[in-house]
Amino acid sequence: MIDRVLDSRSLTLDHFDWRFLGLIAAILSLGVLSIYSVTSTLPGGGTPVYMKQLAWIAIGCAAFVAMLAVDYHKISRLAYILYALLLVLLVVVLVAGKTSRGAQRWIPIGPFVFQPSEFAKLVLVLTLATYYTKSPRQGWMQRVVLPGLIMLPGLLLILKQPDLGSGLSYLSIYVSMLLVVGMRSKAMGTLMLFAVMLFPFAWEIVWGSLHDYQRERIMTFVDPAYDTGGKGYHGLQSRIAIGSGELLGKGLYGGTQSQLKFLPESHTDFVFAVFAEEWGFLGVLVLLGLFAGLIWLSLEIALKAKDMLGALLAAGLIAMLAFCLVINVGMTAGLFPIVGIPLPLMSYGGSSTVATMAALGLLLNIKRRRLTLFY
Amino acid sequence: MSARGGTQHDELRELQQRLILFKVSLLLVVGLLTLRLWYLQISEGGYYQDLSENNRTRAVVLEPVRGLIYDRNGVLLANNVPSFGLYVTLEDVKDRKALLESLVTLVGLDEATVRKKLSERGSKLLPRKVKDGLTLREAALIESHRLDLPGVTVLAESQRNYPGGLTAAHLLGYVGEVSSDQLERSEYAELHLGSIIGQYGVEKTYDRFLRGRAGQKTVEVDAMGHEKRTVEVGKPSAGDDLYLTIDARLQTLAEQLLGDEFGAIIAIETATGDVLAMASRPVFDPNMLSRELTPKQWDKIVQDEGHPLTNRATQGQYPPGSTFKIVVAAAGLETGVVSTTTRVRCTGGYPFGGRVYRDWKAQGHGVMDVVDAIVDSCDVFFYTIGQRLGIDTMAEFADRFGLGHETGVELPSERTGIVPSTAWKTKARNEIWMPGETISAAIGQGYTTVTPMQMTMVMATVAGSGESFRPRIVRAIKERATGQVLDLPSVPRPKLALKPETYELLHESLAGVVSRGTAGRARSTLVQIAGKTGTAQTAALKDDRKKDKDIPKKLRDHAWFVSYAPADEPKIAVVVLVENMGHGGSWAAPLAKQVIEAYIKLKPAEPVTADAAVERESPPMAVAMRDAHD
Repeated sequence: MIDRVLDSRSLTLDHFDWRFLGLIAAILSLGVLSIYSVTSTLPGGGTPVYMKQLAWIAIGCAAFVAMLAVDYHKISRLAYILYALLLVLLVVVLVAGKTSRGAQRWIPIGPFVFQPSEFAKLVLVLTLATYYTKSPRQGWMQRVVLPGLIMLPGLLLILKQPDLGSGLSYLSIYVSMLLVVGMRSKAMGTLMLFAVMLFPFAWEIVWGSLHDYQRERIMTFVDPAYDTGGKGYHGLQSRIAIGSGELLGKGLYGGTQSQLKFLPESHTDFVFAVFAEEWGFLGVLVLLGLFAGLIWLSLEIALKAKDMLGALLAAGLIAMLAFCLVINVGMTAGLFPIVGIPLPLMSYGGSSTVATMAALGLLLNIKRRRLTLFY
Repeated sequence: MSARGGTQHDELRELQQRLILFKVSLLLVVGLLTLRLWYLQISEGGYYQDLSENNRTRAVVLEPVRGLIYDRNGVLLANNVPSFGLYVTLEDVKDRKALLESLVTLVGLDEATVRKKLSERGSKLLPRKVKDGLTLREAALIESHRLDLPGVTVLAESQRNYPGGLTAAHLLGYVGEVSSDQLERSEYAELHLGSIIGQYGVEKTYDRFLRGRAGQKTVEVDAMGHEKRTVEVGKPSAGDDLYLTIDARLQTLAEQLLGDEFGAIIAIETATGDVLAMASRPVFDPNMLSRELTPKQWDKIVQDEGHPLTNRATQGQYPPGSTFKIVVAAAGLETGVVSTTTRVRCTGGYPFGGRVYRDWKAQGHGVMDVVDAIVDSCDVFFYTIGQRLGIDTMAEFADRFGLGHETGVELPSERTGIVPSTAWKTKARNEIWMPGETISAAIGQGYTTVTPMQMTMVMATVAGSGESFRPRIVRAIKERATGQVLDLPSVPRPKLALKPETYELLHESLAGVVSRGTAGRARSTLVQIAGKTGTAQTAALKDDRKKDKDIPKKLRDHAWFVSYAPADEPKIAVVVLVENMGHGGSWAAPLAKQVIEAYIKLKPAEPVTADAAVERESPPMAVAMRDAHD
């Protein structure tokens, strides 16, 4: 016991930490490899995309260390301030953001663009964990409605961009934390009843706020024959990429679907398809194993957290990572509609990489401080 | 630990117990994803592999090089030359208006045509041809402006070329892109839009030999359709070469003889049916028609009053005029209506049905027997025997001579002309045959029409005393793949079995026509020619006999001369038709004489065999084009 406490204080890493860090490094490497494979053949000068991603990973490491170094209780105190700041940034995006492909999601900072919605998830986890730790967790008003009201402005601002993918993961964090906090069956029932009653209106609001391309994406998912030549194209090309990888894959640079650009967004949202095409089912097993291992270790952290805040934080972060993983792989494999969610640690993208690494830093933070209280 | 801490601790444990469920669902979800990926990659992997192959590869057709065409002596009549086609890929064009402007200034394109081509339906990813036949200078100019013209490419292609220009245009024909209607026919089943096929003449009838077989190149393309690399090449095989029966020298002469007049000249070898020359005027430019025409150019050709696209030799249908008297005389002799002793007095007219049918010679020919009647082309004699024969007997013999039927010459859309009979008139016009019409028919006027090709076969049949061969245009095909030369046989036509006396009498009379009759202008010091003049009236029988120069040219009669030579041992049959030139003896006969004399003079030079001709084949262009694909 004493040894472990000392270890944690002296910042030496134990076996668990090594595994945790190893998994992160492995996934990041496979991500960079896939990005390298698919973008190295691109014409044009400038910094290669994989170099940019390496730079983002470096910044991500800094965020990781920062989130690890400061006690998460201290970070928790900043939760509401961070949330307020987030809302401001989301408003700034809508007012002065950079528009790309019909959506306004980015704030340009110098040569970079910053995507607040990626950080929104992390901030929401922090905010809700803080709320649930500090507030009485009795009654559905305190459990469901109040946190819901806290969450809502962020959600609406994200949907307004519009960013359906981030909106869904944002919402999933709220729902997951609600489940973790534990809803009584009665409260659950009431909520369900309300949800059913409100559904037509909610549908109207959500469906009405969607862009044409989003509606078509959903339509083509519901009915793949809806438009095979047009909007179903992305999903089909992605399935072809994954499927044609077969058992062993086509090898590095060998992915014709991605190399010849049949696969859209190949180094961002569809990087999983690139990987699956080039490394086959065996590669996919390894990758999913790495992700499952990482989430498994994160669950260990949550299970052994010393207090409510730690457990709630860990649960929220796990929900955030797991949701992105499942939805991303699911959408590239044709299980879900294409909603535009990056694959954590794999997809190219600064905001996503930095936010994910910060989240993982926070997770390790919770683990490393779980024994301090006994002192 | 405080009480609050205790509660919190319980709650924490409760919460963490729920997290166990997270672990279970994590395993479930990862398992589910794995299953889905197993389904995609392992169980459906082959299917998606195929889809991805289809995605990444495109079949690019490699056009074959068309076979060459030579005359009977190995003179090159059609070959292929490199040409530059201008292509535009819309996907890569950023500013269509600017592109149009630069193309118009650089290579002088017709702006409206190009704009139309660019707005046609079709893939934006595939290059579409905007102009072909760019000059080397224009191609170089485009290449040097390459960077300013995104989406524009110049491709070297093979362009059909007729070195002789207008020579034998109707016979050779021209080539063009296969139309979508043609594609639906089984003979063109293996072709695709954009394939070049023969659209006229021998190019059309022998297209399946000439066109060769297209090859296919499999290329890897990206999602934008740009070629990345070649995966596989199936070489095209070039088309077979043709050796025609035409003698380019006679052909050129025949065309020169016609000059600017409208008409046709045909010369065939009677012993084989080989067509030695087949000229038709006015003419089209096969080199122009084998390139892409603007709608305006095409309209100009189609609407030309001279109908240059009509091959007058096989498609021009004219009243045979007095040349038909050969058929009527044969009918009379065979049926016994006429014998060598038959005499008819010609006084310059033949009264029938309340009117007088005039002879061309107003003062009359006097007493005529059948030989004299042919020699002097006495109309009254033939009015008389035509009247005795009746229209249906004349029709029967016309039919036996091959009139009213295709001669089988291997050219597209041969016409048959009309052989009128009582049955024909009922069927075609739903009218009763009038007795007076028999009289006109006896001298080849009225409803009767024939093509020069048919009259050539009539003369070949008479010359051969009933034996003749189907007109032949291609004498040999050289297979490209094996180098073997396939000689095509002469095909005998069914013998026209008339009495030997009938043929003898015809031979004597036709020789007399030249030696002492209406075709004195065909008399040659080199060779004895036998023939018959004819004057095909363009309007109904005219009462006034004006001098030709007083009649507007369009209304003047067509001049015929049908002949063979030498008269005693026929080798060649020559038919001349000149439109709107008046009397056959004056205008057509001298032309036939010149063709025959040229043939007789050529004769010692034995035609080069197809094999020997290969040695002489060395058009550098043709060889170069071959090497590119062989």
